[in-house]
Amino acid sequence: MKPARLHVMMLTMLLVLPCGMAIGATTPPPTEFPPEAFPSTYQPLPSQATLIEHATIFTGTGERIDDGAVLLRDGKIAAIGKQIDAPADAVVIDAKGKFVTPGLVDVHSHLGVYPSPAVRSMANGNEMTSPTTAEVMAEHSVWPQDPGFNTARAGGVTTLEILPGSGNLIGGRGVVLKNVPATTVQAMKFPDAPYGLKMACGENPMRVYGSRHQFPSTLMGDVAGFRKAFADAQAYDRAWKAWQAKVDAKGHTKAGPPPKRDLAKETLALVMDGKIRVQMHCYRSDEMAVMLDVAREFGFHIAAFHHAVEAYKIPRLLAKAGTCAAVWADWWGFKMEAWDGIRANLAMTDAGGACAMIHSDDANGIQRLNQEVAKAWAAGRRAGLDISKAHAVMWVTLNPARALGLADRIGSLEPGKDADVVIWDGDPFSVYTRTEKVFLDGAVVYDRDDPAHQSTSDFMLGSFIDASAGARPDTEDSR
Amino acid sequence: MKYLVMLVAMLCVACSPVDNTDTGTSTTGSTARADGQAADGKTWAITGGTVYTLGKAGKIEHGTVLLRGDKILAVGADVDIPDDAERIDARGKIVTPGIFDPESQFGVVEVGSVKQTRDASAGDSRFSAAFDVADAVNPRSVLIPVNRIAGVTRAMVAPTGADEHIISGRGAIIDMGSTEGFVHRDPAAMFAVLGESGAAQAGGSRAAALLALREALQDAGDYAENKSAYASNQRRDYVPSRLDLEALGPVLEGKEPLVIHVDRASDIEAALRLARDFKLKLIVSGGAEAWMVADQLAAARVPVLLNPLEDLPTHFETLGSTLENAARLQQAGVLIAFATGDTHNARNVTQAAGNAVANGLPWIDALKALMLNPAVIYGMDRQLGTLEPGKLADVVIWSGDPLELSSHADQVFIAGRKIPMVSRQTLLRDRYLEAMRGKQAMPAGYIHP
Repeated sequence: MKPARLHVMMLTMLLVLPCGMAIGATTPPPTEFPPEAFPSTYQPLPSQATLIEHATIFTGTGERIDDGAVLLRDGKIAAIGKQIDAPADAVVIDAKGKFVTPGLVDVHSHLGVYPSPAVRSMANGNEMTSPTTAEVMAEHSVWPQDPGFNTARAGGVTTLEILPGSGNLIGGRGVVLKNVPATTVQAMKFPDAPYGLKMACGENPMRVYGSRHQFPSTLMGDVAGFRKAFADAQAYDRAWKAWQAKVDAKGHTKAGPPPKRDLAKETLALVMDGKIRVQMHCYRSDEMAVMLDVAREFGFHIAAFHHAVEAYKIPRLLAKAGTCAAVWADWWGFKMEAWDGIRANLAMTDAGGACAMIHSDDANGIQRLNQEVAKAWAAGRRAGLDISKAHAVMWVTLNPARALGLADRIGSLEPGKDADVVIWDGDPFSVYTRTEKVFLDGAVVYDRDDPAHQSTSDFMLGSFIDASAGARPDTEDSR
Repeated sequence: MKYLVMLVAMLCVACSPVDNTDTGTSTTGSTARADGQAADGKTWAITGGTVYTLGKAGKIEHGTVLLRGDKILAVGADVDIPDDAERIDARGKIVTPGIFDPESQFGVVEVGSVKQTRDASAGDSRFSAAFDVADAVNPRSVLIPVNRIAGVTRAMVAPTGADEHIISGRGAIIDMGSTEGFVHRDPAAMFAVLGESGAAQAGGSRAAALLALREALQDAGDYAENKSAYASNQRRDYVPSRLDLEALGPVLEGKEPLVIHVDRASDIEAALRLARDFKLKLIVSGGAEAWMVADQLAAARVPVLLNPLEDLPTHFETLGSTLENAARLQQAGVLIAFATGDTHNARNVTQAAGNAVANGLPWIDALKALMLNPAVIYGMDRQLGTLEPGKLADVVIWSGDPLELSSHADQVFIAGRKIPMVSRQTLLRDRYLEAMRGKQAMPAGYIHP
């Protein structure tokens, strides 16, 4: 492209900006900074008022309603209780013998950024060219055609946070998605969900960079790396705030041009302002304790430790800090920091008073989060912890919603919340149980009995076109 | 001296009164065990449980399973219980054979990321087929108690040389309840890779990988017929080393199965052609698209070791992955067993099997795939796989349906040995439960004054 042409294009882009937005001469008022980028274009799918009745309902708030009913209307939970009169316009589903839960929420997924097929050009989850890359955003790597979104949806997952990988100390921003079929990531983006920042302590960053003889190569290097990044961001934040203080209500300033934006420091400043939630990969209890101190030093809050296989050793510490633990049911032993993993981890952490939850970190596991909860619950019972199933359902609904800062909108079946609902063909704690229908904002996004509500990725189309008259069924439809 | 010990050991095997088809031909001096000496000589009577024998007797309600020494003495609804038998009440519980993991790395991988604890492959080694995991297996691995208290009683320990050699080496079958004589059968099978992994090592194409495998087998065949000429330098050069050629001998004779990891339907077909040409006893491992060629596999009587949870197109060679793979293969008459590929959590194979059932596999066939079929596939079904008199006493008493997530193994016996239901994980759990129940978590070794 010739430079002249580029210039014309840039000019055009500037001219089509909405009139309200300032260009060049005037500076943006402080309230609008940083400007919103990559806004969500998500629109709820068309839905019909739906009454699900005679179901065993796990509400997501820790309660169970036998022979209960829930009404979905205009994309929201309209009512829930023992009995609800069916509105004239509602589709009525008799769910006798079936179970109903809120849509499942996963705080840790790499769908789209490490999609299937796992080939190099599609694996875009780790910007491992510097140990701190707070400037990158997972949404710019998300491939909406990852077939894993569809299988996760069939497993009842309606909301998921896509995070960068753990190769870096600060891996970049995650993005919270509504699990709807889409052709752009913006169309999946959960409107107004707070951003998460992926950070990772422990073995991974020091292995990635240490093996290149770069910083950090030790755990103390890891921690120094975090502190240095936040200290730099503090200075940046001060510079911006000093400049903003000189801007009057009309957006005029005599302080000269604003400081240059630094996308990485800007992100960390937003973390310290409490606007971006820290989602931190951290296995060992001692490392979690150190990170809580780092957070205190710089005045930010860690929303959740992910992969916290040793959370069971420090539940009170986590509870006191108000930091959740997101864990697998039973992964262990693949590296030293995972050596002390036990099956009762989630139940013990929960019983110790901390906010605990299941997460997947896996395109296969995300399809069966109910089973991971069931294993963790069973391990708790074996450890003598009297935990009800209704309570354990929170581990994959309300508690992850809390970690995402979305507990007022999703995660439980309460009037006014988004109508994300799963109908299970049996007790979701059984290995034989499968989802029957999944609703997202009141719309059917998966129906086991209706191929019209079983999305197939563009990628899978035409994989098995057999010359011998379609003898082989298309695999995804036949799953 | 070492030679003499080996000779005596081999003689003992040969004169053992029990069926000795499992003795193999150990060339490594490893401890192939004769008949699994009586663990503690005790007699156990497991009474009142619902017994799934997986044998001709089928399911027995309120059955008794009598164990003596390392063997099962009797199984039935009316079994005379000797006075010296110690009784275990299994009322309301389910009794089955132990789980047999058909492809694991028990004892050869401890911490995945710590290379000093990994012995399942040797990338820089000159050897491929001769590489034998039996010489490296650590029966005191922490992974073994973690999984045996969940019902896993036998395991094929397989090499994992997929990133190094097309032929990864020889696997061995181990007893998960013993630290001596624990290698139950060595060699038990030869392992190789084709498909994407094979191509990567053969220069970049599947065609080259197949050619390399054919060449190795042809050389081994020629070597077997001309050993003395080879020894006196009267024979042409071979590509594999002398020990690799030796190791391939039993595979070519059809005595030892060749497990080929292969997923794509067309790659499975290529493996089937290879097996036909060399009259190999082929076992397919992986088999993501095996259901697409199920009829051919059934006709060739080739079993498949598969992960029933694999349903994503994670590779171009697994585009046809489906949760119904197990059910469709079973329906077509293919013998299946479950390999999840995760040794640390080999115990989760019951969950995988449960999901296979949720996706169409009959429940009893899932149980067989876990417990019986691996024994059949590796030619050990005369000693293992069912609860029948004379078989090794690998018995699990389950709190409920073995495939259910809320069930657990109440008690496990391996070759008649009553296994302590403890692992490093239960010890960690109990230590921190105690700390949680106390008001303050004191460091281990300290108590409140």
